[in-house]
Amino acid sequence: MAPPRDAPAADRALACDVMETTIEVAGLRKRYGPTLALDGMTFTVTPGRVTGFVGPNGAGKSTTMRVVLGLDAADEGAALVGGRPYRSLRDPLRHVGALLDAGALQPSRTGRNHLLWLAHSQGLGVRRVDEVIDLVGLGPAARRRAGGYSLGMRQRLGIAAALLGDPPILMLDEPFNGLDPEGMVWIRRLLGSLAAEGRAVLVSSHLMSELEDTAGHVVVVGRGRVVADAAVADLIAAASRDRVTLRTSDRAAAMTVLAGVGAAVTVSDRDTVTVSGVPAERVVGLLNAGGVPFSEVAAHRATLEEAYMELTRDAVEFRAASGGAAR
Amino acid sequence: MRAGGPSAPGGFGRMTRAEWTKFRTVRGWVAGMAAAALVTVLLGLMSAAGSHTSCGGPDDTCPVPPVGPGGEAVDDHFFFAHRPMTGDGSLTARVTSMTGKVRVPDRVPGARRLDARLVPWAKAGLVVKDGVRQGSTYAAVMVTGGHGVRMQHDFTQDTAGLPGGVSAGSPRWLRLDRKGQEITGYESADGRRWTEVGRARLPGLPDTAEIGLFAASPGDLTVTRADFGGSIEQVRFSETTAVFDRVELSGRVAAGAWRRDDIGVTTEADGVTPHHPGGFQESGGTYTVTGVGDIGPVVDGPRPENTLTGVVIALIVVIVVAVVFVTAEYRRGLVRVTLLASPRRGHALAAKAVVIAAVTFAAGLAATAATVSLGTGLLRGNGAVLLPVSGEAQVRLIGGVALMMAATAVLALGLGALLRRGPAAITAGIAVVVVPHLLATASFLPDEAARWLLRLTPAAGFAIQQSIPEYPQVLANYVPSAGFYPLAPWAGLAVLCGYAGLVLVLAVIRLNRRDA
Repeated sequence: MAPPRDAPAADRALACDVMETTIEVAGLRKRYGPTLALDGMTFTVTPGRVTGFVGPNGAGKSTTMRVVLGLDAADEGAALVGGRPYRSLRDPLRHVGALLDAGALQPSRTGRNHLLWLAHSQGLGVRRVDEVIDLVGLGPAARRRAGGYSLGMRQRLGIAAALLGDPPILMLDEPFNGLDPEGMVWIRRLLGSLAAEGRAVLVSSHLMSELEDTAGHVVVVGRGRVVADAAVADLIAAASRDRVTLRTSDRAAAMTVLAGVGAAVTVSDRDTVTVSGVPAERVVGLLNAGGVPFSEVAAHRATLEEAYMELTRDAVEFRAASGGAAR
Repeated sequence: MRAGGPSAPGGFGRMTRAEWTKFRTVRGWVAGMAAAALVTVLLGLMSAAGSHTSCGGPDDTCPVPPVGPGGEAVDDHFFFAHRPMTGDGSLTARVTSMTGKVRVPDRVPGARRLDARLVPWAKAGLVVKDGVRQGSTYAAVMVTGGHGVRMQHDFTQDTAGLPGGVSAGSPRWLRLDRKGQEITGYESADGRRWTEVGRARLPGLPDTAEIGLFAASPGDLTVTRADFGGSIEQVRFSETTAVFDRVELSGRVAAGAWRRDDIGVTTEADGVTPHHPGGFQESGGTYTVTGVGDIGPVVDGPRPENTLTGVVIALIVVIVVAVVFVTAEYRRGLVRVTLLASPRRGHALAAKAVVIAAVTFAAGLAATAATVSLGTGLLRGNGAVLLPVSGEAQVRLIGGVALMMAATAVLALGLGALLRRGPAAITAGIAVVVVPHLLATASFLPDEAARWLLRLTPAAGFAIQQSIPEYPQVLANYVPSAGFYPLAPWAGLAVLCGYAGLVLVLAVIRLNRRDA
């Protein structure tokens, strides 16, 4: 049966019935010459939340995405979108929206016409094109040649292209690149609302901080495989490990009191120590009881960036070493 | 189900529409294709406007050749000794001698020198014809200088009989038999055992037709290579004399003597004296006929495709646009977006090929139709007498050249997809289509090398523009530089299409095998 043109919403309801809204990557392995780009990459992206896909440059994020989208072939393993290989999808942009490279444009074609040919390839019409132009806020710039766009405008156009088919699954490779702070806020809100509608959203970035407020879940990769696959809150908690920063004028007394209850205390500065193993409220209680003066007690909360740095340290070291050996 | 199977319908049509949207939304590509059409028209019309033909004579106009029953321009020049015959009947005669003379360069200026030699297509024999008007329908059975016995009719048709010439020791008997509109030619070595040479249907032959003996001898053609490429054609006067006896007419033949007509003879400057006349003598049952000229289609002269000189330049533009239509996507990584929209990669490339072919065909058709119709008008206005071509040949010329441009575009597109780099693919496209044609037709190369280029390379497609065919029974310098291609029009186009298809298939294989 032929779907009605210009009715992506109705189509999507149908598509959701017959498709699982997931991205499944299982045991992908791919070698480029001597380099092992993917080494057993395995993860699943579930609907209803934004999944961050992070790792240093060269960790295999883009390669994984290209394999999922049927552009590259893996030597081993399987990648499915909605339970099917991408290359078997009819009107694939109605199933999966992807932004890989915002610069992949014909510079002399207008942004609107770029979206128009994509729409025609999926049996969509000009009405949907104008809808996504409004959605990404491209506005009048859509009728200008795309060659003159700033990187931020190109990202918006690329996101518009990904949203064209109103797909239940979205894959965006480094969508924050080149966006101004306003654009960052906009895209975080947009990704959040898209996930809230029940879509599976996979967003890659080499900077964890970009994802901190956006992603509920992250897949951290390094050296072609998954290093961590966890909720953001869990990752941060694990990295924070109950550390407390204490500023005091009587460092020796403070150390004695805290060592008495078995806390590990390290000196970070002339009047600052870092305490671990004891929660902040207890530190305050102990110091008050011992009559030790202090000017500040702060529970230390690790950033996602710190958690990520810890997880990927190996991968970065490996890359530096192999880079050095190659020269 | 909407999720569809791998062979779900509609995907290819949508992709074709998408590729058309891609093409029309890049102003440079649309402008390029328009420029290709414009180059065809402007170069064609400029060369037509700049070409003036004059043939001397009192009013400086060129003679219009007679036209045969098939509409083609014909030579109809021979000596005819004939009698009117009504209804069915036949004519039989024995040819006992056939000799010829060919003029050779004077040793003493002004003193004519003749070699006793028979040119291969000198002909003498029996003919039945609708009167003595040039170009009227006829059928003839004849002995030739070097091609044995032949049966020919209506200028373009030729059937071989037995080989061998005529001498006193071995005369040839000929018979022409009419039954209604059907004419049958026979030959015999002894006048008793007859062999059929061929049959002709002449729908236009009236009940009373002229039947008799004839002789004709086409000019002796020599082609020499010029010092700086090209060739020099020389045509020397020749005539033939045939001796007939045992002439027998049966049927209702009007009483009286043989009538003599030197059909198509040219006159001297005074307009009266025949130039190189033929002749007829009768003595005691022996008839001697001397003739000059030829009976056959004209193959030399301006033709409608002469207006399409701009096509070669237009093709360069077409190649550039077709290559860039695909390599621009590789340059910007846009090909990945295309393959995301159409993961069936063969479909994606085929859709591109359909669009570039359709666009080029449309632009090419508009250009060739305008150029041929306006250009031939200009040429005629400037005094040229164009060889008439049939409606079918005209349609083949206009539509076929547009098809040839479209096939070239597909070939260039395939090269672009295969090589993925614009400059390399453009160079390759020009090198395989334009360069061989220029080499082959600019008379740099020996004729045989030129012919092989036009058989083996994609430039074979240019054959589609040849509107006047090559006739084996007409002696002419059939070389590419004169517009004669070694392959038949559609065969030449098929070679080009074969290359385009092959390159496209290789491109699809590469596209499917490699990561995008």
